[in-house]
Amino acid sequence: MFRSHILWLIIGWIGWAIVPWYGFASTRRPATGDWPPSGLLAGLGDAPWLLPLALFLALPVPFVLARSRHTGLALIVGGLGGLVWMMLEGSAITHKGWAWASLAGLFGRLPEGQPGMGFGAMITALAFLFFFTMGLAARGAMKGDRFTTGAIGFLVASIALFVFWPVSTVFSQAMLPDGDISGATALYNRLTARDIWSLGCITGDTRCGVVWNSVVLGTLCGVITTVLGLAFALVAARTDFPYQRALRLLSVLPIITPPFVIGLAVILLFGRNGTVTLFLAENFGLTATRWIYGLPGILLTQTLAFTPIAFLVLIGVVQGIAPSMEEAAQTLRAGRWQTFRRVTWPLMRPGLANAFLVGFIESLADFGNPLVMGGGYEVLSTKIFYAVVGAQNDPGRAAALGIVLLALCVGAFLVQHRWVGSGSYTTVGGKGFAGTPAELPVWLKRAVYGTAIPWAAFTFLLYGLILYGGFVENWGRNNTFTLRHYVTAFGLDWNQYGLLWTGRAWNSLFTTLEVSAIAAPLTAALGLITAYLLVRQRFAGRATFEFMTMLSFAIPGTVIGVAYILAFNQPPVELTGTAAILVVCFVFRNMPVSIRAGVASMSQLDKNLDECALTLGANSAQTIRRVIVPLLRPAIVAALVYSFVRAITSVSAVIFLVSARHDMATSYIVGRVEIGDFGLAIAYSSVLVVLMGLAIIFIQWAVGERRIARPTPQAPAARAQEVAA
Amino acid sequence: MTESAKKIGGVEFRSVSRRYGKVTAVDQISFKVEPGTLVTLLGPSGCGKTTTLRMIAGLEAPSEGTILIGGRDVTLLPATDRDVTMVFQSYALFPHMNVLDNVAFGLEVSGVPKAQREAQAMQGLAMVGLAGFENRLPSELSGGQQQRVAVARALVLEPEVLLFDEPLSNLDAKLRRKMRDDIRELQSKLGLTSVYVTHDQEEALAVSDRIIVMNRAVIAQEGSPSDLYRRPVSRFVADFMGISNLLDGIVIARADGRVKVRCGEATLDLPAPTATAADDVTVAIRPQGIRLEAEAAPDRLPVTVRKATYLGSHLEYVLDSDAGELFVVDPTSERAVPPGSGAWAAFRHDGVALVPRGE
Repeated sequence: MFRSHILWLIIGWIGWAIVPWYGFASTRRPATGDWPPSGLLAGLGDAPWLLPLALFLALPVPFVLARSRHTGLALIVGGLGGLVWMMLEGSAITHKGWAWASLAGLFGRLPEGQPGMGFGAMITALAFLFFFTMGLAARGAMKGDRFTTGAIGFLVASIALFVFWPVSTVFSQAMLPDGDISGATALYNRLTARDIWSLGCITGDTRCGVVWNSVVLGTLCGVITTVLGLAFALVAARTDFPYQRALRLLSVLPIITPPFVIGLAVILLFGRNGTVTLFLAENFGLTATRWIYGLPGILLTQTLAFTPIAFLVLIGVVQGIAPSMEEAAQTLRAGRWQTFRRVTWPLMRPGLANAFLVGFIESLADFGNPLVMGGGYEVLSTKIFYAVVGAQNDPGRAAALGIVLLALCVGAFLVQHRWVGSGSYTTVGGKGFAGTPAELPVWLKRAVYGTAIPWAAFTFLLYGLILYGGFVENWGRNNTFTLRHYVTAFGLDWNQYGLLWTGRAWNSLFTTLEVSAIAAPLTAALGLITAYLLVRQRFAGRATFEFMTMLSFAIPGTVIGVAYILAFNQPPVELTGTAAILVVCFVFRNMPVSIRAGVASMSQLDKNLDECALTLGANSAQTIRRVIVPLLRPAIVAALVYSFVRAITSVSAVIFLVSARHDMATSYIVGRVEIGDFGLAIAYSSVLVVLMGLAIIFIQWAVGERRIARPTPQAPAARAQEVAA
Repeated sequence: MTESAKKIGGVEFRSVSRRYGKVTAVDQISFKVEPGTLVTLLGPSGCGKTTTLRMIAGLEAPSEGTILIGGRDVTLLPATDRDVTMVFQSYALFPHMNVLDNVAFGLEVSGVPKAQREAQAMQGLAMVGLAGFENRLPSELSGGQQQRVAVARALVLEPEVLLFDEPLSNLDAKLRRKMRDDIRELQSKLGLTSVYVTHDQEEALAVSDRIIVMNRAVIAQEGSPSDLYRRPVSRFVADFMGISNLLDGIVIARADGRVKVRCGEATLDLPAPTATAADDVTVAIRPQGIRLEAEAAPDRLPVTVRKATYLGSHLEYVLDSDAGELFVVDPTSERAVPPGSGAWAAFRHDGVALVPRGE
């Protein structure tokens, strides 16, 4: 008998017998003042199908109390049985009654269905899940480690519920019969529609399908961001460029920028009333057109937004090339150019392919920029959006488009996964002085400077514009200074009742901060636990498990958004309109980055450290808390920052999931942009950028640093820089 | 390759320094490597030996001083233009090229036609015993094989000077012995001028014509292996060369080229050392230079055996004495002196050296 067995038995019983079974408090209609019924009470009343759950809750009790040898088996049967029963009754009985007519014939009609599951159901389900995993541990799974089995079970179950189930509803939605047409034919028709695949623009008469638009955009974006990213990486790692810090800042800025903000600045420059456009029109008589809307605009904004990501990928690649390789080439009489072409370049090639694929996937999944800059140029992500919210309101079509986009992204992700997994060169580890990297050939250095510096200047200019644009009356037409936009958005007032939050942005800002602040620690915790399991535990299906967790990263936000509204707008799990759906969405979309950060730094920690803690009598949870977490501070900071910031800036999935009650900053800003209220949008975006900067500083301060290195008079990196200088 | 008429050049350092900001890695060192010899730079990590080697290669520029190779001033010449090749500690084999391409790389970038460079590369591979491995990738070779490829790659360019940067540190002990002998054999067969960096004194003794011991950015002592082992000039060198018994002594008389040294209760009469003018000295005694005797004598030290270890070919003792602890290797392994018993330690005169106290 373990305390955890007793604990989860009690929790299970409380969840079923006491806590309200249906609905979350926030969605509850104002009742008579009574608590909504628990599983027990509902079971005795209108919902007798909840009563059998007591059997599964009761089954392990005697075994646990009697400390029987068969406790494990009893826990497995009780837990699995309970979960299966909940799934069956949940999917068989919807809010209208029986889900399938045949059941009504069998059991008779139901007077009314059941609403979505609530806190009680959630707690009970968790208890069943942990019965099951504790049972497995008792039977010797994972060397009997209850924490590990529990963590794996919990992660697998939640990924199944919040990633795979929603995505699978997209597939079933695409197969929904359309009028008289059968499901399979409808799916075929939707997937092969002319406006998806048409090659009309090549033959000349019509437009091309939206897939080709997306693929062309993605390819261009991938190539350009890779080239720019490489230029920046070479400047940062291989030259004595004096403003390295500014370069680093440049790589951080887009991460804390909502995706469409850059688009706004580009419109302010190149739109019909843009500064550059007007300047050219006045001085050179060029007609002001809307040329920026469409492929050029999207490409420009995406390049601005995703070049830093390519930079971050490639700086690792460039720095990862062992300098001794290049030194060896030099001692073998290769000149700078020969060294670069025959040694440095081939070693970078897999990394370049990787950066290209990342840019390609980001471009396909991007929603904010095509929405703002697209004009008539349709891409998959925006088309999905309009299929759901526009006049069409055709979920089947949205689902089909979602499948196509998903296939493209996951395909590119699989290629990338293979490539990075096998093709990269790991340098044979040697001790001692690593050597100094070779200098670039002179003309290459010039080319790299010539590319990176103007682009960096352009980026900084745009950010300057964003800040400036919030303080002018009406950009391009009336450039007088004003605080009007800030007052409209963030106005405060006093009256006899106290402080009034009169600004129109407060509501969405508070929701955003609240949701992000809840999602970030959850994301980081789940991600790091997953990383711990991946790095430190060996279990059957580990590779599949890892792949599953990473796959959710490749699912574009728009697809996730559609999937969530399709899956969670009806019982058994009804979440639409709540803040919970936003939190859940962020947690599962951003978890892969936490996992990566955790895996990367955990692989550097000697496994002996935690094995040592285990032999000293600590259990897995204690080992994590006392040994691993303190050593993982950098990864924790990275995970927290990333998930917090992404929750604030993301727009693609969010735009489907917000409600009047729970509006998010980004979707509010997009709404402003769509009606042409640029001043307010820009003012709000500037505030977000500043807030996120502060949040990053706060998180770093709160988590603290990992102090293990002894202070050295001069770090090797500083030495290497001096040698280069 | 051996019959090439090429002149084998030596290496000379004239007061060369290398500074990184405030840290001085190499401080005013001068030495000469005679053509065709193998010289080892030996020292603890951080002593400046690798920096010195990298300056010979041209991978590192001296802050001041002059470097000559083959009599020519190469101080300002970059690595690419020096006739020097190097075997890296990590081997630095190009992971994207097969063995043949790796070995032929230097010839390729020098513009040697394909057929000729491949023939030369094959010859180089045969020389290190790797014929038949041409098409493997470096990742498909064992550590020892990778190391041979790295040697072949450096050899085929027929350099004036061949450098080794701790080439054996990534190999296991057994392989290290074999590779060390192979490298030495190849070097003397080809008559190559070589500079070899290591922190392992046994390795240095085994491969070198001369050894330069470095400590804290300067040369501590330079000489032949037996010079260094028999006549260390400082406590640091004695310690680093594995002479583990370092006792305090006082010179009580000097006469006729001999000195009398008092060390604990023993008085030793030794040939005059070169370096000690001071009377306070450290007596450095090799473990093989001590015998255990049953009778007392003025030049013997009374000791108690603390530990005796039988190792088949020899015996090892740890002895306690008033002057300090002694470690003894006794090749006559028949009659062990049991622990706890008293004895007298006698010193063989060629096993004792005097160095200045301190350092």
